[in-house]
Amino acid sequence: MAVYLFKRLLGLLPTLLIVAMLVFGFVHLLPGDPARLAAGVDADAETVELVRRDLGLDRPLPQQFVRFFGHALQGDFGRSIRTKRPVSAEIADRFGPTLGLTVAAMAWSVALGLVLGIVSAVWRNRWPDRVGMTLAVSGISFPSFALGMVLMQIFSVQLGWLPTVGADSWRHYILPSLTLGAAVAAVMARFTRSSFIDTLKEDYVRTARAKGLGEPVVVIKHGLRNALIPVVTMMGLQFGYLLGGSILVEVVFNWPGMGRLLVDAVEMRDYPVIQALVLLFSLEFIVINLVVDLLYAVINPTIRFK
Amino acid sequence: MDTTTSTLVANAVAPAAVRTPVAEFWRKFKRQHVAMVAGGFVVALLLLAVFAPWLVPFDAENFFDYDALNAAPSARHWFGVDSLGRDIFSRILMGSRVSLAAGLLSVMVGAAIGTLLGLLAGYYEGWWDRIVMRLSDVLFAFPGILLAIGIVAILGNGMVNVIVAVAVFSVPAFARLVRGNVLSLKHQTYIEAVRSIGAPDSVIMLRHLLPGTISSVVVYLTMRIGTSIITAAGLSFLGLGAQPPTPEWGAMLNAARADMFNAPHVALFPSLAIFVTVLAFNLLGDGLRDALDPKLEN
Repeated sequence: MAVYLFKRLLGLLPTLLIVAMLVFGFVHLLPGDPARLAAGVDADAETVELVRRDLGLDRPLPQQFVRFFGHALQGDFGRSIRTKRPVSAEIADRFGPTLGLTVAAMAWSVALGLVLGIVSAVWRNRWPDRVGMTLAVSGISFPSFALGMVLMQIFSVQLGWLPTVGADSWRHYILPSLTLGAAVAAVMARFTRSSFIDTLKEDYVRTARAKGLGEPVVVIKHGLRNALIPVVTMMGLQFGYLLGGSILVEVVFNWPGMGRLLVDAVEMRDYPVIQALVLLFSLEFIVINLVVDLLYAVINPTIRFK
Repeated sequence: MDTTTSTLVANAVAPAAVRTPVAEFWRKFKRQHVAMVAGGFVVALLLLAVFAPWLVPFDAENFFDYDALNAAPSARHWFGVDSLGRDIFSRILMGSRVSLAAGLLSVMVGAAIGTLLGLLAGYYEGWWDRIVMRLSDVLFAFPGILLAIGIVAILGNGMVNVIVAVAVFSVPAFARLVRGNVLSLKHQTYIEAVRSIGAPDSVIMLRHLLPGTISSVVVYLTMRIGTSIITAAGLSFLGLGAQPPTPEWGAMLNAARADMFNAPHVALFPSLAIFVTVLAFNLLGDGLRDALDPKLEN
């Protein structure tokens, strides 16, 4: 297991390096002079030169990259052009709300998705399956930002039960996490169903039935455990999806998180913030994928020893 | 034994029993009633989008009904009026052109590039394969919408750049899919036979390997259209895609946020338009998968 972990970590390094290079190159790919952007629109030539030297933009590119990478490793991404605060402080403020929202969405959507998937598989092609799969295909077809607006319209504006925007109390979490999790619940339900149907066709399930076990025992004890293996992978991938999906949901609900920060930064062309957030988002995504693979190796030994 | 064999031979010879792959597909697809309806709906939508300029009751961008700002649906304005006095029904119809074109074009470009890269990677393997797969890994290291936002931030706002962005993030998925198929197909006997009679690599790839992988590409492509429409609309919703006054569903939703309290219908109809369109493509994709995937045979 330790060898496997080491191999996987080593395999990540090239990907991480290329991602860091892309994020670094991002500023140089943009139209216009980064020093002028950082200095502001009405800065004179002298100030722009000062900023250029200050940011190290006058040095050769490889040297700049090493500097950028070294600073990034220490969590230093420079200052936001918009607020002049350190980028790390900006992000630190926004990390908690996004994490909370993502975890809340993940919790309910995985639970519901699993139940829907299992029920649909057990009553395959009967009405529980039809209801479950209709819900699921609707869930993947309703874009989060549209769903968020419809939910807000019904529960906040018309009925007045829940707050519209902000993240001050647990009641603020209900609508955004419902919106964010809907697609994940749908994907999990569809995936669990097909995994479960495959498992229920296996010989050992037939054996379990043949030796006279009750259907609940067959489904839960023999089916569930084995059907869950691919489901775990899917769950991890969906966590990555949630990170991206939170961008749109945070805009709809004016959520003070990293997604909202990113959209504001793109609007204001606040490049240091965009750089740091893109790097952070993809780092999280890579780490989640790694954790999923490790979890998978724990459940399924054949992968570990390949 | 003898009777079975002769029946088999008779069946194979009888013209009624000749099953081309297309006929076989159609026979299975016809049984997917939901997908058939969804397919019909998609065709109707495409026709509506093509003929929208002749069908709209009002000019989607330049007609302003100042006496009916934010008016609810009525006989004159089927889907109501937005805050600037424009007819929402006309804007949704014209918007279907933008949203459908963005969804379809971006997936097709992404699928074409991805398929080509996957074919080459799977066929030649070696360093070329490693480069393509490493690049896919890197693109996969960004959650989809984030990659699209990054690309639009570099290229600038606008629908064309949104299509480029969505196409880029579709490429690696197709490249992986086709590569996997090619890796398993290329060791089959018929490929060996083609190679032994001296066919050039390009012929082997395009005439013999590509057809073997095209059905899974078509299924995946159909399933991806929905995602692409959602992503493109999402980017416009964030203000990065279609710019006002262009009627685009995501951009319309974004504009509707200001009127949520006094005119809920302004947000409702673009939401429904995206939902129904994406649902139709997803149901069609599910049906195609069930009809084309041999693993799902009962």
